[in-house]
Amino acid sequence: MIPAAFDYHCPASLDEALGLLARHGSSAKVLAGGMSLLPVLKLRLGAYANLVDIGRIPGLDGIREENGFLCIGAMTRQAALERSELVRAKYPILGDAVPLIADPLVRNRATVGGNLANGDPANDQPAIMLALGATFVARGPKGERSVPANQFYKALYTTALAPDEILTQIRIPIPPPRSGGAYVKLKRKTGDFAAAAAAVQVTLAGNGAIERAAIGLTNAGPTPVEATDAARFLAGKVPDEKTIAEAARMAAARSEPSADRRGSVEYKKEMARVLVGRALQKAVARAGGR
Amino acid sequence: MAKHRIRVAVNGAAREAEVESRLLLVHLIREVFRLTGTHVGCDTSHCGACTVILDGAPVKSCTVLAVQADGAAITTVEGLEQGGKLHPVQEGFTEKHGLQCGFCTPGMLMTASALLERNTNPSEQEIREAISGNLCRCTGYVNIVRAVQYAAEKMR
Repeated sequence: MIPAAFDYHCPASLDEALGLLARHGSSAKVLAGGMSLLPVLKLRLGAYANLVDIGRIPGLDGIREENGFLCIGAMTRQAALERSELVRAKYPILGDAVPLIADPLVRNRATVGGNLANGDPANDQPAIMLALGATFVARGPKGERSVPANQFYKALYTTALAPDEILTQIRIPIPPPRSGGAYVKLKRKTGDFAAAAAAVQVTLAGNGAIERAAIGLTNAGPTPVEATDAARFLAGKVPDEKTIAEAARMAAARSEPSADRRGSVEYKKEMARVLVGRALQKAVARAGGR
Repeated sequence: MAKHRIRVAVNGAAREAEVESRLLLVHLIREVFRLTGTHVGCDTSHCGACTVILDGAPVKSCTVLAVQADGAAITTVEGLEQGGKLHPVQEGFTEKHGLQCGFCTPGMLMTASALLERNTNPSEQEIREAISGNLCRCTGYVNIVRAVQYAAEKMR
């Protein structure tokens, strides 16, 4: 399958890229790893007259802790995240998730920014960024702005990014001591999107009760879902079996999946409940709780 | 639509081509450079038959634009054999019957050789994870895993 013809632009700087987006308007699309965009173009599900490849712009990739944040450049390949000792040691929620994204060959090209900016609720990292309370940094013609993950996803494939903006960095607050996270995903096979998946990040207080919890759900509606009621319910409670079960029930009630080859609505909601429960248990254990 | 002049190193040899923006890397390799060892399988980045090594990393060349590879070093299955001597993974697939129809084999060989570049002592689980983006519809992977283990032993 061959994509419809387009012009390919390979800017050497972010300013040059922004200029190209401004000039070509809605006919332009940002190309990062291309693992979602190129199949769309090949299958002719979409067409853009201009592709702006941000893959050669220096400084758009990298993983480092800085001023209280884990900063991940938007062009960071999933394979780099997967191999990062820092991520494996301190951000187990990401460590869980990355090996479950697509397959190893795709992860050599796929980027974190692409996973987030594509606005596909089936992608794994949006729910994780909701759980981690991340902020997305974007550059546009008027300069830089930050959008919290929970205000980023507007509708199916629609984000807060304007067509003339580029996602440049993801900023994740470094979790305080006694924090833990987990991502649990149910899929049929390698390379599949989630039938259901749950992202959980918790911080425990000195007495073992939950100080803060956040829960994100993948493929549970037209946008990634943050289960805020369940998170509020957990705050201040000791995460025993009964509390976790109730939080999982509340979170799954927020899930609005659609039926497809991965299962019926009932099945997916039930799986969301089971997976939130498991992710909560894992996150609490990693935070040093029971 | 403007064409782009690109330069790549394919199996160590410098090559140039003038390509359309939409030309896929796999078509550059097969149809422009006439290296037909790299196969087109599913053409939807699922099967991995088109796997080549791009600047050290195995990728699905049906889902990379040729222009994105400008300046890169590419290794295809034709580049595995050195000086008339098969690469250990090629020898492994021969010795351990790692193929039946052979369609997935070029991609399997590229992924396996990239794995063994990083890790000459992979566990069975690591081999299975590494090749999880390469689909074989004949042998069911048992002999493929044995072939990679054979190659690993030869490379240690």
